[in-house]
Amino acid sequence: MNIILRRTGFLILLTALLFSCRKDKVIPEPENITAVSGLYVLNEGNWGSNKCDLDFYDFKNSTYKRDVYKAANPEVTLGLGDTGNDVKAYGSRLYIVVNGSNKLEVINVKTAKRIGKVDIPNCRNIAFYKNKAYVTSYNGYVAVIDTAALTIAAQINVGRQPEELVVVGDKLYVANSGGYTSTNYDRTVSVIDLTTGTKIKDIDVAINLHRLKADSYGDLYVSSRGDYDKIGSNLYVIDTKTDAVKKKFDIPAGNLAIHKDIAYVYSAEWSNSAGAYIITYNKINVKDEVVLSGSFITDGTQANIMMPYGIAVDPASEDIFVTDAKDYVTPGKLHCYTSSGKLKWSVTTGDIPAQMVFVK
Amino acid sequence: MFACFCPFWTSAQVDTSKVQRLDEVQINAKKNNFILNSPTPVQLIAGEELKRINSLSVADAVRYFSGVQLKDYGGVGGLKTINVRGMGSNHTAVFYNGVQLANAQNGQVDLGKFSLENMEEISLYSGQNSNLLQPAKAYASASMLYLKTVTPKFEHGEKHQFKVGLKGGSFALINPVVNYNYRFAERTFFNINGELLNANGKYKYRYRDLAYDTTVVRHDADIFAKRAEVGLHHLFRDSAKLQLNLYQYNSERGIPGAIVADKFRFSQRQWDDNFFVQTSYETVSNKRYQLLLNAKYAYDYTRYIDPDIKLIDGFLDNRYVQQEIYFSVANQYYITNFWKASLSTDYAKQDLDANLENFAHPTRDTWLLALASEWHWQRFKLQANVLRTYVNDKVQTNIPAGKKTKYTPTVLVSWQPLAASELRLRAFYKTIFRMPTFNDLYYTLIGNTFLRPEYAHQYDVGLTYSKNFSGTYLKGIALQSDVYYNQVTDKIVAVPGASLFRWSMSNLDKVEIKGAELNLQSFWQFNQVTAALKVNYTYEEALDVTPNGTAYRNQIPYIPVHSGSATANANYKSWGANYSFIYTGERYDQKANISANYVEPWYTHDIAFHKTFGGKKVNYRASAEINNLLNQYYDVVLNYPMPGRNYRFSIYANF
Repeated sequence: MNIILRRTGFLILLTALLFSCRKDKVIPEPENITAVSGLYVLNEGNWGSNKCDLDFYDFKNSTYKRDVYKAANPEVTLGLGDTGNDVKAYGSRLYIVVNGSNKLEVINVKTAKRIGKVDIPNCRNIAFYKNKAYVTSYNGYVAVIDTAALTIAAQINVGRQPEELVVVGDKLYVANSGGYTSTNYDRTVSVIDLTTGTKIKDIDVAINLHRLKADSYGDLYVSSRGDYDKIGSNLYVIDTKTDAVKKKFDIPAGNLAIHKDIAYVYSAEWSNSAGAYIITYNKINVKDEVVLSGSFITDGTQANIMMPYGIAVDPASEDIFVTDAKDYVTPGKLHCYTSSGKLKWSVTTGDIPAQMVFVK
Repeated sequence: MFACFCPFWTSAQVDTSKVQRLDEVQINAKKNNFILNSPTPVQLIAGEELKRINSLSVADAVRYFSGVQLKDYGGVGGLKTINVRGMGSNHTAVFYNGVQLANAQNGQVDLGKFSLENMEEISLYSGQNSNLLQPAKAYASASMLYLKTVTPKFEHGEKHQFKVGLKGGSFALINPVVNYNYRFAERTFFNINGELLNANGKYKYRYRDLAYDTTVVRHDADIFAKRAEVGLHHLFRDSAKLQLNLYQYNSERGIPGAIVADKFRFSQRQWDDNFFVQTSYETVSNKRYQLLLNAKYAYDYTRYIDPDIKLIDGFLDNRYVQQEIYFSVANQYYITNFWKASLSTDYAKQDLDANLENFAHPTRDTWLLALASEWHWQRFKLQANVLRTYVNDKVQTNIPAGKKTKYTPTVLVSWQPLAASELRLRAFYKTIFRMPTFNDLYYTLIGNTFLRPEYAHQYDVGLTYSKNFSGTYLKGIALQSDVYYNQVTDKIVAVPGASLFRWSMSNLDKVEIKGAELNLQSFWQFNQVTAALKVNYTYEEALDVTPNGTAYRNQIPYIPVHSGSATANANYKSWGANYSFIYTGERYDQKANISANYVEPWYTHDIAFHKTFGGKKVNYRASAEINNLLNQYYDVVLNYPMPGRNYRFSIYANF
């Protein structure tokens, strides 16, 4: 019963009786599962829905908790916000890039309590270097955040609509998409010298770049989304010693996670000829840079995934985690597979489960 | 006698013009008869009642109809579209003086843009209007909303009529209105109606949860709009009618977005420029053969900017131009005195131009042919029609959707079992479809030219009843109630691509809707006080029955199971009061019926007071409205907060 009801007497009471009163929202109970690892899952939520929140898998208690940000920060108006796009741990903190709310949210990695936030318009992804956070903004720059003060210390201009970024040595690499102009996509990876904070180079790769991951051999794996029509997605390798493209895999690539010598790559791409989405789960040996045969899910359970949307590999157990965004408008799923590709367990997440981060 | 208690009869008490008063009683008696005789459910608000209810635009008025969900993004300038019986807004066609307000781009008509200032009547038909003499377009949607503008009425010897008015109130609303009617020949009338509407659109809204209570001001919902309408009416010697309407609307408005954490301001803006000219000619109704001709040209320009989307030079700045030409010929012929038939044929050409890269520039030719017949035996009526639709899309680039030909049937029946009782039973069956819109088919990156039309199948059974009383305070009651079953098949939905950037349209979903509507009106008289009470209730189970869907047998988004409204008005001499209550039950904002998607019920109480005064030369009408009296904060559409308590005052002078 709400306050209005108590105050306004007969008419409203009658109304309430006739039509049942408003109910309070129920926070879902944690779901019990058995597993070997634990992690944060960022549910993006639909654009404009303000349904972004973090789920947390607690490996000690084997529980999967929904909406841990809201539970830890009930006083934050409207919660974590709208359309989370990236989450990473750095030191004792977790940094969440909330694209639709134009902010970087900083929380305690253990308690999920809010430490602060930094407003960054149209922010996308995050990387760290020497107590500074680097956040891409679709407005064409990387915001340099002082993690102690939680303020923007500088802006470094890069290409159009930059997406993922990664630090290798003293250099920051930024994948530019140019996604706002479908007739003239950006094609470059910008290279920033972190010692001087200036852009030193643009590496021409392919149109509409998106994912960017580093392996342990000084190579970068960068994905191109293509033009969603005639040009399909693809995966390229940049050698950071020469800052040049050294290989093109010619496989569809939507997202990837690299663990030790293996890159796990999935793709869901519309095919005009098939009239359907073609979903693939590939493995690449990053040491020899060759595509390995077969799917990384081996027990046939990939048929249950409608729309793979996030991937992570547990560095301890080597379990593979894949999220399923389904039709984007219903709650998603998190699936855990063994390193040999057998499904261990699945759990229901929030809307559009995407980025994941393992925490100690 | 039926005319005694028609809902608008009370208007006679406050109206000062004798001629108008008589007309109103007669016209409204006819209308109410028509409603209760109709084989399809009809709801209407007209004349005085339209002036009395708390409304600024057509959108506010349609909330009082049963079976209607108004999708309202809030505020004076926010988008407002109508969804009838859960079938989706693209299944309701909106007609302006008998000619459809078409929108080939997205299939939706923003009812918030249509002012009530020049409206005489708003009516909603489930299925279709059972009139046989009508354009083929009037058969071509699952439900129809008719807007009818004011036709000037002159007393004998009168030549000029003026009206000036001013509305103002919350949201810094300033809304001056002028109207001039001129009779330049015995049976030829000219009418011009114009208004300006300016509002900063600011209002407070409040978010409360377990540990926060935040009040914020809605910004960026400002609007400035200009409207001008010209009407020309000519009545021929044999009573044939000729009408010409010109409509011009320009607006600039802010587009307030979804309120989400840390985002309370928006920079998106929109400009609209809508123009149309239409003409209609109708021969005399008492002849064996009757003809109705309609023609229209429409030009719609929209400019939308989003300064947050930074492009290589500048920001997103989209411009769209939509044009339509339309012709309709409808014929009706009495074969015998109990059997009539009609044949209507319509042609429309629509095209869309936009400053988008790789834009398809689609053009659509539509030919409609409707053959209808009606049999009347004593108290039994049977009507059937078949509609042939031929659509041909052409594009300048990419693949066109091509040609489609479809035949769709409708059957209507009504029966009055006893001559002595005003009880009527009715039923209808109708299958119709909506064409995929230009956005569905050709929107760069999203469109899918292989889309099929989306079908709506409707089955309806209902009854109407009315009774008059004398010697009691209660003067009459009128009741309509229907139960219905609708199926929407091949429903066009956006489905995900490999990323949120790449959605695609698909004929994926299937929806089953079981509903019941109850509509009860009562009319009262206590000495010098006349009163009317109306209650509407809608039950609607609208389930997603998509095979292998993610939300099988869940209630579809934004359709409440329970909704309703109640309105009461009372009049004493020149005073009038109106109260209305609108209730929308719990809903879900997404497919899955889970707590995360739960949207609270909302209910608003509105009141209004009216007073007419003045003399023979000039008469005035003043009103004060309080909307959302109890200041409830609610969303109709998730994260688009609606205004709390707000006020509106108006004064009109007629001379």
